Amino acid sequence: MKRIYFDHSSTTPVDNRVLDAMLPYFVEHFGNPSSILIEEGGRPHKAVEEAREKIARLIGAQMNEIIFTSSATESNNMAIKGLALANKDKGKHILFSDIEHFSIMNQADFMRNLGFEIDFIQVDNYGVVDMDDLAKKVRDDTVLVSVMHANLEIGTIEPIKEIASFLKEREIVFHSDGTGSCGRIPVDVKDLGVDSMTISSHQFYGPKGVAALYLKNGMRLSSIMHGGFQEMGYRAGTENVPGIVGFGEAARFAMEELDERVHRLVTLGKKLWNGMESTIDFLHFTGHPKKRLPGHVSFWIEFVEGESLLLWLNLNSIACASGSACASNMMAADETGLKASHVLTAVGVPPEICHGSITFSLGKDNTPEEVEHVLYVMPGIVKRLRDMSPLYASFRQQEGKRK
Amino acid sequence: MPGPYSDKVMDHFMNPRNMGEIEDADGVGEVGNPSCGDVMKLYLKIQDDKIVDVKFKTFGCGAAIASSSMTTELIKGKTIDEALKLSNQAVAEALGGLPPAKEHCSVLAEDALKAAIEDYRKKKG
Repeated sequence: MKRIYFDHSSTTPVDNRVLDAMLPYFVEHFGNPSSILIEEGGRPHKAVEEAREKIARLIGAQMNEIIFTSSATESNNMAIKGLALANKDKGKHILFSDIEHFSIMNQADFMRNLGFEIDFIQVDNYGVVDMDDLAKKVRDDTVLVSVMHANLEIGTIEPIKEIASFLKEREIVFHSDGTGSCGRIPVDVKDLGVDSMTISSHQFYGPKGVAALYLKNGMRLSSIMHGGFQEMGYRAGTENVPGIVGFGEAARFAMEELDERVHRLVTLGKKLWNGMESTIDFLHFTGHPKKRLPGHVSFWIEFVEGESLLLWLNLNSIACASGSACASNMMAADETGLKASHVLTAVGVPPEICHGSITFSLGKDNTPEEVEHVLYVMPGIVKRLRDMSPLYASFRQQEGKRK
Repeated sequence: MPGPYSDKVMDHFMNPRNMGEIEDADGVGEVGNPSCGDVMKLYLKIQDDKIVDVKFKTFGCGAAIASSSMTTELIKGKTIDEALKLSNQAVAEALGGLPPAKEHCSVLAEDALKAAIEDYRKKKG
């Protein structure tokens, strides 16, 4: 059976049109974009700059505000380390939201070793940053705050504009990880008011191995990748030309087709959400019901363990993701690698329940028929797993006694 | 479908052996692993010190379900003393190995078995 891919939060396939645009830059136009004095370098150089313009346009930035990197992880590292170090004379206090991606979160210890202090801003049960908690946590020596734009695990979109204006009054630098939002929903960095933002190519049908950091003109950032003078001196290393070309084309298509994609995904997402709500009992959606990514449906089901549900869906040709601890790092050396998702813990889902969480993230090529098939398959799997569960058996027993 | 689980694990996950409950069980053991959220319940029917029937119910990941299922297969028809010798390594081996982070699931199965036998001995007095 044809696979049904509902895991676009993890990655997306490269659009064929994007691939076609990339191919000439492997062999035919292989030159180094820095070698602009020779003929071989001219075309790749031009291609990189054209891609930069397309990405700038997608998020309402200037061309010289886009720095190419190798991944969203690198962009987030560049932003946190680079902005904190460049502004360290102003203070040593940094705030992360409780639901940041690992590529932000796992910088905390390193930054502490450099002498910075890291605190975390709470989110409410929908995963929305608590503005009161932010106000409580900022200090006179706070130099940098990082809050992601959209969370790929629970779908919630954060009030970035509100946070930015709060921080601007206090002259605190604001980085936002836009991995989940850029290319998926309209993003205008000037309107949002962020100082830097991460953009990931493979989240919107571009290739892997390439990403960017938007850095507002006038911001100071210390380079953490030293070498040649590529990327305005912010990021040394020969450019991944085919990747950058593909990234640019993906950005162009995302921009041209954004309204259509969003509309489609909102409709499909609603169909999936409503269908699940009416067919599965003891179902709990996660994230904000309205302020969320289009086509993103995340939930947990009582008495159903996440990994088992994911495995059964996979056996039924349906791909999705689980925030389940057991699916987190199963090749880890031991069970300490199995931790409940920090995002679900932050939104108040009890750790033992986090194991049931599943994320369906739809993409531009999914169809209503695929949604219908998932809705058709789900109740049977849920029943099967509940029939095996001693927790469900004792629950039913108690329920029987009460009646 | 290449994945982290062996074919044996997937077979027992998809077709669990001896799944269910025994109403008049002679020994019942229920154990949980808070780090993973798994809960395993094992039912034993024992005659003349021999395990004549065994059933399980498990809330947990693929490895937990497969370990429960394999454990029931390995102890059915055995004497209590033989069953007590079953180690979690033997369960994992019979399953063609488990990913390192999932080895605790086979420990859980061993613990459930021990708890069920203890319960039987207590009931018997």
